[in-house]
Amino acid sequence: MSKRIEAHDVDIFYGKFKAVEGVSMTIEPRNVTAFIGPSGCGKTTFLRSINRMHEVLPGAHVTGRITLDGDNIYDPGVDPVTVRSMVGMVFQRPNPFPTMSIRDNVLAGYKINGKKMSKSDADDLVEQSLRGANLWEEVKDRLDRPGSGLSGGQQQRLCIARTVAVHPQVILMDEPCSALDPISTLAIEDLIRELKEDYTIVIVTHNMQQAARVSDTTAFFNIEGTGKPGKLIEMGPTEKIFSTPEVQATEDYITGRFG
Amino acid sequence: MAQTTTPPPSLLGAGDARGRFGDSFFRVLTLAAGVLIFVILALVSLYLILESLPAIGASPEELSAGVPFWQYVLPLALGTLMASAIAILLSTPVSIAVALFISHYAPARVSKTVGYVIDILAAIPSVVFGAWGMTTLGPALVPVYEWLSRASAGVPGLSLVFGTPSTTGRTLLTAGIVLAIMILPIITSQCREIFIQTPRLHEEAALALGSTKWDMIKATVFPFARNGIVSAVMLGLGRALGETMAVTLVLAPGALTANLIGVGNKTIPAEIALNYPEAFGLRQSELIAAGLILFVITLAVNMVARWIVSRYAEFSGAN
Ligand SMILES: Nc1ncnc2c1ncn2[C@@H]1O[C@H](COP(=O)(O)OP(=O)(O)OP(=O)(O)O)[C@@H](O)[C@H]1O
Ligand SMILES: [Mg+2]
Repeated sequence: MSKRIEAHDVDIFYGKFKAVEGVSMTIEPRNVTAFIGPSGCGKTTFLRSINRMHEVLPGAHVTGRITLDGDNIYDPGVDPVTVRSMVGMVFQRPNPFPTMSIRDNVLAGYKINGKKMSKSDADDLVEQSLRGANLWEEVKDRLDRPGSGLSGGQQQRLCIARTVAVHPQVILMDEPCSALDPISTLAIEDLIRELKEDYTIVIVTHNMQQAARVSDTTAFFNIEGTGKPGKLIEMGPTEKIFSTPEVQATEDYITGRFG
Repeated sequence: MAQTTTPPPSLLGAGDARGRFGDSFFRVLTLAAGVLIFVILALVSLYLILESLPAIGASPEELSAGVPFWQYVLPLALGTLMASAIAILLSTPVSIAVALFISHYAPARVSKTVGYVIDILAAIPSVVFGAWGMTTLGPALVPVYEWLSRASAGVPGLSLVFGTPSTTGRTLLTAGIVLAIMILPIITSQCREIFIQTPRLHEEAALALGSTKWDMIKATVFPFARNGIVSAVMLGLGRALGETMAVTLVLAPGALTANLIGVGNKTIPAEIALNYPEAFGLRQSELIAAGLILFVITLAVNMVARWIVSRYAEFSGAN
């Protein structure tokens, strides 16, 4: 259920502006990979190019190759819709569908895409996904209430349940805890450790402790100055990046001596 | 640290918020505006009711049509509703499609151009639409009506709606089509306004779950816009119900009939416009009473719209 991601010399553009340059990396399956780096260095941009969400913005495009178990997701014959159903995404701000109940939010991937499912199958999937997101006990009595009525942390776990429900191969998370309190953050981090049994997980975070706590591999991005493209500076096992990084900039960033 | 000898300002005694001239001035101004609207509404209603009473209470012999008032006004009201219903049925899907094209499909330059064209459409005076409908669209539709009549002959229901065709084309269907074009800009611009407000966050959430663009629109744009679409359609309906000039010119008035492509039917605004100049006494009261009925219909339409909107309040995109 999880796939290896490889990027080969990826450049990412917003119109004429090159936001990310020359990224090549391998992201291992059943592993948590953290992207860290200063604001504006292209972490979000690169993350969104892994499920072809980048190109939904007008003028935005990607060059180079990104492969999922060897298949280039940017091959002209590949439908971005297929890529996105394999590579799920959790956004920075919790965004359950406000017009849907909690239950329908979990089933959104199926409902939206018009797939039919028997009531009992749907019930099973809802329970299984909500349990997978550590949310079941909190919401099982109010599945028909609007998803927007939950707390921020619960909403974010609902979004994870919704992503898990479509059985992706990869889950991308863009600062999933930045809008949450410390308790909800720990709940999500526990969840991430559980999810890595089944999925390839990539998480963007500004929180060094979080990267150290949850990730196996860390990738440090940096930018030379405003208007310059972001680049991948260094990538390796999390302990190594946080103890003996090879590049000075990485060490400066991690120890907070940055800028 | 800035050096200062004045004591820190105290909360009390620093002036009463109520005493600030600007705030109280605008509070009074907005209150007055709100009250004024109610006063105007009350006065209009009072005028309509007082002027209508003689006709509503009059005996059939006294009235122009020789029938009780309700028998006179019911066909007019039905004609008005039929014309407006045709307009809404034709205009709503087209408006939604155009608005969606502008907001979600067309490249920026194209959608700007289409937006301008829609605005120009909104700026055309209704008398021009009326004249066009009477002299151009009506005659052009005659062969279509003849074909419709032939094609639906013998089909139950349809043969009623598409009966003997008019030879001038100045029928209720033509009036409905002209009305549909007139309200198109209203509904389209309203819908576009709401469609572009769909939170990107939700659109992207749907896309990230592996939806096609159209599925994404069905799952996020439409539910988010539902109340707005209802309001937009009601705005269009209000315009269609009250539209006078265009219908007066397009429709050759006649008795109430289900035949949309034949001679017949009237609407309240056109009836008033055609007859009011020569009316006096009880006839005048009759026409004002018809206007009162139109007022009540429009009010009812708005209340139904509000009810529809409030039913979905909890699951709306507003929170
Ligand atoms: N929609 C956009 N249009 C144009 N430029 C953009 C857009 N989004 C981001 N950028 C630019 O791309 C560069 C990388 O932005 P990105 O959001 O990927 O950074 P980030 O590393 O995620 O930052 P943060 O840590 O603040 O989230 C920045 O220079 C940013 O200004
Ligand atoms: Mg970011």
